[in-house]
Amino acid sequence: MEFKVPTMAELMAAGEEPEILFWVGCAGSYDERAQKITRDICKILHHVGLKYAVLGTEESCTGDPAKRAGNEFLFQMQAMTNIEVLNAYNIKKIVTGCPHCFNTIKNEYPGLGGTYEVIHHTQLIQELINEGKLKAEGGESFKGKKITYHDPCYLGRANGVYEAPRKALEVLDADLVEMKRCKANGLCCGAGGAQMFKEPEKGKKDVNIERIEEALSTEPQFIAAGCPFCMTMLNDGVKLKDKEQEVKVLDIAEITARANGL
Amino acid sequence: MALAGTALFAYNARKVVRNIKLGRAVNRTDQPQKRLLTMLKVAFGQTKMAVRPVPFFLHLIVYLGFVIINLEVLEIVIDGAFGTHRVFAGLGGFYNFLIGSFEFLAAGVWLACAIFLIRRNVVKIKRFSGVEMKNWPKSDANYILITEILLMTAFLTMNAADVKLQSLGATHYIEAGAFPVSTWFVGLLPNSVDSLIFIERFCWWFHIAGIFAFLNYLPYSKHFHIMLAFPNTYFSNLKPKGQFTNMDSVTNEVKAMLDPSFVPADTAPGKFGAKDIQDLSRINLLNAYTCTECGRCTSVCPANITGKLLSPRKIMMDTRDRMEEVGKNIDKHGLEHQDGKSLLDDYITREEIWACTSCNACVEACPVNIDPLEIIVELRRYAVMEESVAPASINAMLGNVENNGAPWKYSPADRFNWSEGN
Repeated sequence: MEFKVPTMAELMAAGEEPEILFWVGCAGSYDERAQKITRDICKILHHVGLKYAVLGTEESCTGDPAKRAGNEFLFQMQAMTNIEVLNAYNIKKIVTGCPHCFNTIKNEYPGLGGTYEVIHHTQLIQELINEGKLKAEGGESFKGKKITYHDPCYLGRANGVYEAPRKALEVLDADLVEMKRCKANGLCCGAGGAQMFKEPEKGKKDVNIERIEEALSTEPQFIAAGCPFCMTMLNDGVKLKDKEQEVKVLDIAEITARANGL
Repeated sequence: MALAGTALFAYNARKVVRNIKLGRAVNRTDQPQKRLLTMLKVAFGQTKMAVRPVPFFLHLIVYLGFVIINLEVLEIVIDGAFGTHRVFAGLGGFYNFLIGSFEFLAAGVWLACAIFLIRRNVVKIKRFSGVEMKNWPKSDANYILITEILLMTAFLTMNAADVKLQSLGATHYIEAGAFPVSTWFVGLLPNSVDSLIFIERFCWWFHIAGIFAFLNYLPYSKHFHIMLAFPNTYFSNLKPKGQFTNMDSVTNEVKAMLDPSFVPADTAPGKFGAKDIQDLSRINLLNAYTCTECGRCTSVCPANITGKLLSPRKIMMDTRDRMEEVGKNIDKHGLEHQDGKSLLDDYITREEIWACTSCNACVEACPVNIDPLEIIVELRRYAVMEESVAPASINAMLGNVENNGAPWKYSPADRFNWSEGN
């Protein structure tokens, strides 16, 4: 990367505090595909000049997959350890790169002593667009391109965030098409509830195939995602359908970064 | 009959309440205004039905018919009890308007129920099928619709006989009311005053007896939703759907682990998660009795759509059936009786609970705010925390979170390596 990503430890050593903490998440940290999204979120933060930091190696799993799988012990162990770190750094506002981290920190951490203002990166992008700090210029043009957006369950139904990601796409002047099952009726990609980490039960087909068929039926050039797990599932679906040349699955952060030439 | 009917209903309704109270108590009395508003919108206003316009419209007619025609039952009862005829006829033009509207509604209910029967049995809409929709649940739905058709037929026939008696100038049958629908059937009725009086009386008794019979059918039927939808929506979850409960019992243990000097205020040990209905919350159990098996949940469930065993509707029906079984055991053998069965494994299989993506589509789809996901999670909690039994890949993931702070087997030291890429 062309700039150094600041960590909380460094900022603290310099006696500074960030405006916002970027919570990267496990997928964003380790998954190769999701790492690109993570870097693009940093590029956006850097580009608009927002004072931010990441926890780096001090970050740990929020406990989300453990909680959805029924291991409340492990979840609370993770949560309390993370809350200790966050509170020690006096964190007030957090942006996450993952709807699962977003949901967990926003909704389930307050009851365990961790209360922060938590937003998802698509909400941050929308805020930056509204404030005029972020436009769609200086980069790749998406004008007239056909884009369909897949609602992540833990952003949409779980927390009612439907507009922010769409606003982030509207600024592109692209041709936005909705799938039949969208917003509150959106169909899961198949990865939620710890499904990401196991083989599916036997059935007629995989959930991500059902979803990708619906996405492809809108004949898009881009499928927009907002979650690293959805990204994996949708990408696998596109590959299985042999449509990698025609259709690209991109995160809203990647689209934004591209549109701004970052 | 009225006394016996009401007493029997009270007896059965008390059993339902007792069964629901087998569950854990939870506090859902916060934000009464918001709760009342939710109930008015979702149950009374049926806002969540509107997603599917055809059943919404048909259901609305039946719902309005049920509520409004029951106003007329008041008059029917007074007439019967005091030997009056159309005691509210004094309302004049407004009375005619009322009776006329009731007739249109009754005809509407009749038609809507007929269409519902066709949708279930002729068109065979997919939502009404499934492994859990065999035998009783299937008959139950048809019995309800047929009963409503019979009740409306009796109501309209009674009016038709009445209007004919009125036109024949029969004593007692004073001219009152407007009969825009039943007038059409007058020709089908006999001309003898005695026969007409018999038909009119027969239909009166049939309607009244039918109502009390129906009332007592409710506690055995999915149709109980006409009452339970109201408390069910009032006590529904007001928090974001993605927010799962934090278990206080676990919080105490984790705090004690992290800080040995910590002494929890409340040390209620108990079980982690749910194996049987007693481990579920009273809200979960109320949900189960409220379910009217419409199948909207199952029809949007990603697991079910793709052919997995999981059906959120079955989760609710299994919970109710198990609760009924436990209730019957208590009646027969007393409160402490154990039958060696449980909700998990004897009703709901592991394969079902592990197929859930926790996507909340079922919760969103339910027109009366039932939450099948919470039951699934409670069953998972039992399997994982009490038994340590989970799919091998889930155990591997949990092991990774515990040891590496990530669901995959990567070193925590490498967590920031992404910043070195491009």
